[in-house]
Amino acid sequence: MAAANRESRDSRADHAASPVEAAVPGPTPDAGWADALLAAALIAVDPVGLGGVALRARAGPVRDRWLAEWRALLPADTPVRRLPLHIGDDRLLGGLDLAATLRSGRPVAQSGLLTQCDGGALVVAMAERLGAGQAARLAAAMDRGELQAEREGLPLQGPACWALIALDEGDADDEHLPAVLGERMAFALRLDGLPWRAVEPLASTVSAQEVMRARARLGEVAFDGATVEGLCGVALALGVHSSRAAWLAWRAARAAAALRGSRTVDADDAVLAARLVLAPRATQLPVPPEPKPEPEPESESEAAPAPPEPPEPATSEAQPEDPAPPPPADETPADADPDREPPQPAAPLDEMLIEAALAAIPAGLLAALKLGQGARSSQAGRADAWSAAARGGRPVGSRRGDPRSGARLSLVDTLRAAAPWQALRRAQRGAEPTAAGRRIEVQADDFRVARCRQRRSTTTLFVIDASGSSALHRLAEAKGAVNLLLADCYVRRDSVAVLAFRGRRAELLLPPTRSLVRAKRSLAALPGGGGTPLAAGIEAALALAAQVQRAGATPLLVFLTDGRANVALDGSGGRAQADSDALRAARRLRGAGLASLLIDTSPQPAAAAQRLAAAMAARYSALPHAGARALSQAVRSLQAGPARPAAARSGGG
Amino acid sequence: MAPAFPFAAIVGQDEMKLAMLIAAVEPAIGGVLVFGDRGTGKSTAVRALAALLPPMKAVVGCRYGCDPDDAQPRCEDCARLKTGSRPRSHAVPVPVVDLPLGATEDRVVGALDLERALTQGIKAFEPGLLARANRGFLYVDEVNLLEDHLVDLLIDVAASGENVVEREGLSVRHPARFVLVGSGNPEEGELRPQLLDRFGLAVEVRTPGEIAQRVEVIKRRDAYERDPLAFREQWAADEERLRRRIVGARKRLPAVEVGDAALTRAAELCLALGTDGLRGELTLIRAARALAALDGAAGVGDAQLRRVAGPALRHRLRRDPLDETDASARVERAAVELFGA
Repeated sequence: MAAANRESRDSRADHAASPVEAAVPGPTPDAGWADALLAAALIAVDPVGLGGVALRARAGPVRDRWLAEWRALLPADTPVRRLPLHIGDDRLLGGLDLAATLRSGRPVAQSGLLTQCDGGALVVAMAERLGAGQAARLAAAMDRGELQAEREGLPLQGPACWALIALDEGDADDEHLPAVLGERMAFALRLDGLPWRAVEPLASTVSAQEVMRARARLGEVAFDGATVEGLCGVALALGVHSSRAAWLAWRAARAAAALRGSRTVDADDAVLAARLVLAPRATQLPVPPEPKPEPEPESESEAAPAPPEPPEPATSEAQPEDPAPPPPADETPADADPDREPPQPAAPLDEMLIEAALAAIPAGLLAALKLGQGARSSQAGRADAWSAAARGGRPVGSRRGDPRSGARLSLVDTLRAAAPWQALRRAQRGAEPTAAGRRIEVQADDFRVARCRQRRSTTTLFVIDASGSSALHRLAEAKGAVNLLLADCYVRRDSVAVLAFRGRRAELLLPPTRSLVRAKRSLAALPGGGGTPLAAGIEAALALAAQVQRAGATPLLVFLTDGRANVALDGSGGRAQADSDALRAARRLRGAGLASLLIDTSPQPAAAAQRLAAAMAARYSALPHAGARALSQAVRSLQAGPARPAAARSGGG
Repeated sequence: MAPAFPFAAIVGQDEMKLAMLIAAVEPAIGGVLVFGDRGTGKSTAVRALAALLPPMKAVVGCRYGCDPDDAQPRCEDCARLKTGSRPRSHAVPVPVVDLPLGATEDRVVGALDLERALTQGIKAFEPGLLARANRGFLYVDEVNLLEDHLVDLLIDVAASGENVVEREGLSVRHPARFVLVGSGNPEEGELRPQLLDRFGLAVEVRTPGEIAQRVEVIKRRDAYERDPLAFREQWAADEERLRRRIVGARKRLPAVEVGDAALTRAAELCLALGTDGLRGELTLIRAARALAALDGAAGVGDAQLRRVAGPALRHRLRRDPLDETDASARVERAAVELFGA
């Protein structure tokens, strides 16, 4: 019976695949907004315990409305600060207050954003671009509830309890909030695609006074073993592995009880928590208690936990009312409204929670889960790769410069530069009464900023021809080469990505990564065979190379192909068109000035591959049976070769 | 800041707890690396350890917390204080120092004391985090995100036990012996082999798979967050028992026998696994000895070697990138072959 019910959920999610509704968590858009508002109320009640909200939405009126509704629930004097993406550590964590230090003649600390918004909230715009380093700093502060930093000769400490509101404008699937943060925030809302008409104000349901009363009541809500057990069960069934998730779900249930004005958590609170906290984290669909498949026509594709077929949107249109739903929570849109729905004593809590969570799994995620892909583990954003050049790295002396442009002030060198002039400057200023208290006269001219040296990292992009019969072999070689390159400690700053093309299009098998673990997992099962869409492969490589460049690394392209294209850019067959498309793409690649290597995999050196290499100005190398080791050697020689930009560059402005 | 979560109240994660206890008994083990899933209480365990450890004796007035029983003064402070009479000593908590991400190099190694330089024009050394961590623990969360130049620095200091500062016109050296505790997630990137090698023990943590354990995790955390003091009180007896076990083990440690049989066993295991160098073998023996001391055993036997084989060796296997087998599984296989299941 659980299976039957799941059936109906699945099909409901499927038929919601129109662009407007696809991303909506609940069964209907209005329920999506209602849930979003509930999350706003809960985070207002327990901002620190729940961590925060990841709001995936483009900038727009819906997002603004949500933020306004949330803000209205907080007391007026709550500090809410925005965290700009380019923030430096001196403003984030705090640091030496230069002006005050020089004025007073003793080190003066200035606080950073993390402590300034204590007791309130921190709003991060474009959170999907947060770098791993910034995310880790935020996560550390969230864990401790206080700031702990050591900077510029000063230990910095202070309370830092706030809720994080992360505005994730990620577009593509691989653009995500860094996982260390997502992990610590109870709610992940998707507001994209909510129609404006669905966006109702909250004022009618929850008021700021209620939130304040709920806050006071929060500590009195008793621990409830059954609820926690139920939530843990749901987490396990949905493959949510972090114990933080179950903890956050419990906190959400507690906050919900407090908001209702109750001191005990009831089934509705638990359902709400499962739906809002656990469902978006699902990495698998629960294995049905009895493996009895339903006799409905499309059930064979969906009964198993992870069948390989994609959902079929067309056929499931009529399903929602169709299977006799078990009592718990299937009054279609109404089940989004837990406050109204009486608990069903007939159904055990566990089942009810799983039902609720399943209904709330976002459609896109559900489809992915059915394909057995699970939630993609998100990588940190890329923004701080840029700034790292100026601030990070090994200091190599200092130069004259303005410390405000993000560079690091080299205080000692600044003082050293100022020292010889002291007598002169005092004499000049002697007449002015204001200068009497100054110990050291420092002028803008004296400022020195640290120069840092950082090796620029390389991202090696393997572009693999996975068509035809030798595909599996080539893929295995490339996979071996990837692993070797990553394992090599000398290239540990370098990352590797793998693109494969076959059939009609190119596919990114491994996004740029440094992690051997991740590489092994992503490349474990590789498909092969089909036509050769060479042009599409080159185009995809170009796009990825551009992305890598934006992230501040140098792309290095390695093509493994025999150069014989037979699928044109538009997906049609025919050698002539395919060839000319491929050559055109190759010339674009040459125009982009990217270092590349073409490894000819045909049994005899092929004219087509040589021509292609010439067109893209790639180094050509015929390795008919290149083993993984030969391949990684070839790549390494290219890395060392002249095509590579100078290994070191000095940053600092 | 709220009192720390009691170490004894951490649910499950036995391997991680054991590794930390071993490091507390035998600091020469060189450090503990905790790798694994998110949300498994890695940081909690480290902070809990700080509260668990019995206080240590230190020289009053020494900024490096030197041991008053050291025959030779190891730092300039002690050299100054120890001339003539025996310096006064006091009991201080064992330092567990966080190395936060984004720490600047000057705060880590120590730097010119700005205040005194600016106000009095005196060139004085202000010790950094490494000095504070002397004789204690240095904890790096997300160790694989640490900046490269800080990693270099740590590798050097962790190996030599001494911090040498040559910067800003200062020339200072001071003892910096600490147990390096790192935590991270392998999906965020690989660790440099040299840094990996500095960690004596490597443990992998996983989220408990059983509901009962998961529920217990939440239950205890809920109780702790409601009233940290009362929760600590509730666990005080267990904490005290654990503390006594550490103190007892430290006392017993020098007397624990490592027989030829145990040495041979350790060598055989390392040979079977093809670990690089002697460090693996040495760590294996040291860890087993510390475990024997914790267990109250008279000497190192197969039981101890078997239990520490994984943590001591799994990160030292020569990596064959083309071999898919997980390092833990390889150690386990070799251990089963040698010791029986």
